[in-house]
Amino acid sequence: MASVWEYANPRKFMHTSDWLLPGVAWAAAVVTTVGLVWGFFFTPDDFRQGSTVKIVFLHVPSALMAINAWIMMLVASLIWVIRRHHVSALAAKAAAPAGLVMTAIALITGALWGQPIWGTWWVWDPRLTSFLILFLFYLGYIALWSSIEDPDTGADLTAVLCLVGSVFALLSRYAAFFWTQGLHQGASLSLQPGTRMDWAYKAPLYISMVGFGLIFLALVLLGTRTEIRARRMKALLTRERMN
Amino acid sequence: MIALLTRDLRLALRAGGGFGLGLAFYLILAVLVPLGVGPEPTVLAAIAPGVLWVGALLACLLSLDRIFALDWEDGSLDLLATAPIPLEGVVTLKALAHWITTALPLVLAAPVLGVLLNLPAPAYGWLVLSLLLGTPALSVIGTFGAALTVGLKRGGLLLSLLVLPLYIPTLVYGAELVSRGALGLPVSTPLALLAGITAGSVALLPFASAAVLRINLR
Repeated sequence: MASVWEYANPRKFMHTSDWLLPGVAWAAAVVTTVGLVWGFFFTPDDFRQGSTVKIVFLHVPSALMAINAWIMMLVASLIWVIRRHHVSALAAKAAAPAGLVMTAIALITGALWGQPIWGTWWVWDPRLTSFLILFLFYLGYIALWSSIEDPDTGADLTAVLCLVGSVFALLSRYAAFFWTQGLHQGASLSLQPGTRMDWAYKAPLYISMVGFGLIFLALVLLGTRTEIRARRMKALLTRERMN
Repeated sequence: MIALLTRDLRLALRAGGGFGLGLAFYLILAVLVPLGVGPEPTVLAAIAPGVLWVGALLACLLSLDRIFALDWEDGSLDLLATAPIPLEGVVTLKALAHWITTALPLVLAAPVLGVLLNLPAPAYGWLVLSLLLGTPALSVIGTFGAALTVGLKRGGLLLSLLVLPLYIPTLVYGAELVSRGALGLPVSTPLALLAGITAGSVALLPFASAAVLRINLR
């Protein structure tokens, strides 16, 4: 009987990801290239924003994946805490740097777009603020992983941090929304893609989103495989030393 | 449990320098800010609530790594973990001792520093109330961070990286409460949210801290 829990076995996971990874990586490269090239070169300029609007094809997919990466880490941490599957803990570890980079891309492209359109690189808008906070949470999570030597202790501690951090990240998000509405009423600088967007923009945007999702998947698979190999190597070295 | 609390309090008060350090830091911060931004009274009045709250946050952070470090080094933490009282209770008492020795002096000193920063008159009551309500959350969250990093050498920097993002909601609502109080606006919403965050943290986070300590003591 096939079940998703089979992949909790590192052997099975390695075997499957062995042929899955090249496929996903190539698909990610092709889809992202198609999405971005179409978005950058084959869409009309916006009549008010000019060509700056095209940064949306980088900004929105990376922002989407920045949040989804944290959610994936949360789920993987829960699976580790509940069912003690090592692959799950390693996948959470592998997802963190990818999520961090996605958050950074979203922040940087947002600043590049905001400079000509809003006239400023940065405002303390709720969405911007909550992304910066998300960035800090990624940093703390990665720093904790890298400072603990014992892998199981590290997995346990970071899993608890991820759970507690998720609650506080959510609280901070609502705090940021509360705060600007309370202080400067109605900062009307919210980005709502897809609502009033023409299909000429929507189609390449959706393709880029799929492409970024595939990139993230490929990075997580690659990172998890590296971690599993590193663990095997450590086990081999220990065995060597015993003999 | 009372014995544990009095022991922690006595250790904090007697073991050279740990007690007044946070308070002195808070004072220095309140002196440095006007020197940095200039003595313009209206500017100071506008930023005073935020500065007083950020200062309290950082002063709390200073003494966090003391919560478990000494007990970890001499092995009394292992004894506490096997003691008849639950580890959750121990963690809560540790947080309480941290609050009494570090946060409570900050709360009492804050109005004095408010004078230095030209805090508007109606805000003083709200400042003390917001700090009284918010600092227990800071202590409990900090205890969680200290429990996470207890086994690490040079955990201090990591501790601040982990704990400060967790402080954001408390800071936002606490400072907002004082700013609104200064302007005479209705304050019930940030007051309720601040109290809610403190109540939730005090009720739930000791379980996370105790779980993390058990992992570290394994």
